[in-house]
Amino acid sequence: MQDTSTKEAFEPRIIGFCCKFCAYAAADLAGSMRISYPASVKIIQVPCTGRIDMIHILKSLEDGADGVMIAGCLEGECHFLQGNFKARSRVEAVRRILAQIGMEPDRVAMFNLSSAMGPKFAEITAQMTDRIRQLGPSPVATAGKKSRDAA
Amino acid sequence: MIIASKKPIEEIIQEITPYSRILILGCNECVTVCEAGGKKEVEVLASALRIFCLSQGIEKTIGEHTLERQCDHEYLEEIRNMVDDYDAIVSLACGVGVQFAAEKYLTMPLLPGVNTVCLGANEDRGLWTERCQACGSCVLARTGGICPVSRCAKRVLNGPCGGSTNGKCEISKDTDCAWQLIIDRLKALDKMDDYEAVAPVKDWSKDRAGGPRTVTREDVKI
Ligand code: SF4
Ligand code: SF4
Repeated sequence: MQDTSTKEAFEPRIIGFCCKFCAYAAADLAGSMRISYPASVKIIQVPCTGRIDMIHILKSLEDGADGVMIAGCLEGECHFLQGNFKARSRVEAVRRILAQIGMEPDRVAMFNLSSAMGPKFAEITAQMTDRIRQLGPSPVATAGKKSRDAA
Repeated sequence: MIIASKKPIEEIIQEITPYSRILILGCNECVTVCEAGGKKEVEVLASALRIFCLSQGIEKTIGEHTLERQCDHEYLEEIRNMVDDYDAIVSLACGVGVQFAAEKYLTMPLLPGVNTVCLGANEDRGLWTERCQACGSCVLARTGGICPVSRCAKRVLNGPCGGSTNGKCEISKDTDCAWQLIIDRLKALDKMDDYEAVAPVKDWSKDRAGGPRTVTREDVKI
């Protein structure tokens, strides 16, 4: 059990897969609007959230990310029609795998927003950062750090 | 094709407990098409197992490899130089592949990573349904191309039985009555005479009842 002081000090490392047409543009807009969002989220632009496979999410966690967020267009507004629905079902599949292997499914989450929602982008990244902070560092990241320290 | 479904990861974790170097071995054929045991599923399972081990502080090596087929000697030979690096193999092939690999690598524990379910078709995206039970003497010519052996719960050969209601089988309202399908198709083919003919007693010795079956072809032997 971790004490809260460590949790507060802990700066999560979150991978944010962002669709080029919405979340990525919204992040840009947040920047232009001078709205700050947590530096804990490392953004990876994807052409559509439908491009994201289960393996991309799992590999992020395997390589030590504390959380993974997938941000796609509002439902019904995907440029490729079904991409964000496909992403959602893959996110759900990964969450089921995490539950099976004893990891918190909440380390992975899907969000929907439009390119006009700069403030919302800041909101969801803050929300995700809070959530991961509550969960604490990923045990994978801790194990990785230990083995690096040992080496 | 052969239809398989993924085993729950908890079950695989249980099975690999005694071993520390595990190879996840996929197959490029049927199990790839039914998305249970191809290269992609190998990657996902291997990654999930590695995350599990890292998060629990368990030291294991999880390797990945996918063969063209696991039910052929020549492809299985491909891993001959690799197997010494592992203590166990989790095969994502159907039961045939698992067994063939086990026969070839006598001292290597072979663990199934999928449940082999049936011979079926890809009816829709994400939906695979049974069509054949490899009974060894096909009757489709008489039954309008619809198989009563695999699709009728009772394997009735002169159906339907009394449980057929509104085209559905008595086992479930979601299951079509195979004999209703047969009759509908025979009508469409204008071949209801086939339906009137009483089916001869089927030779079940060609089915599993006769023990494991073999097919020998002298003309293709080398
Ligand atoms: S009759 Fe036998 S061989 Fe033909 S489809 Fe049915 S189970 Fe398969
Ligand atoms: S209802 Fe139809 S499919 Fe079901 S057992 Fe009877 S004949 Fe077979």
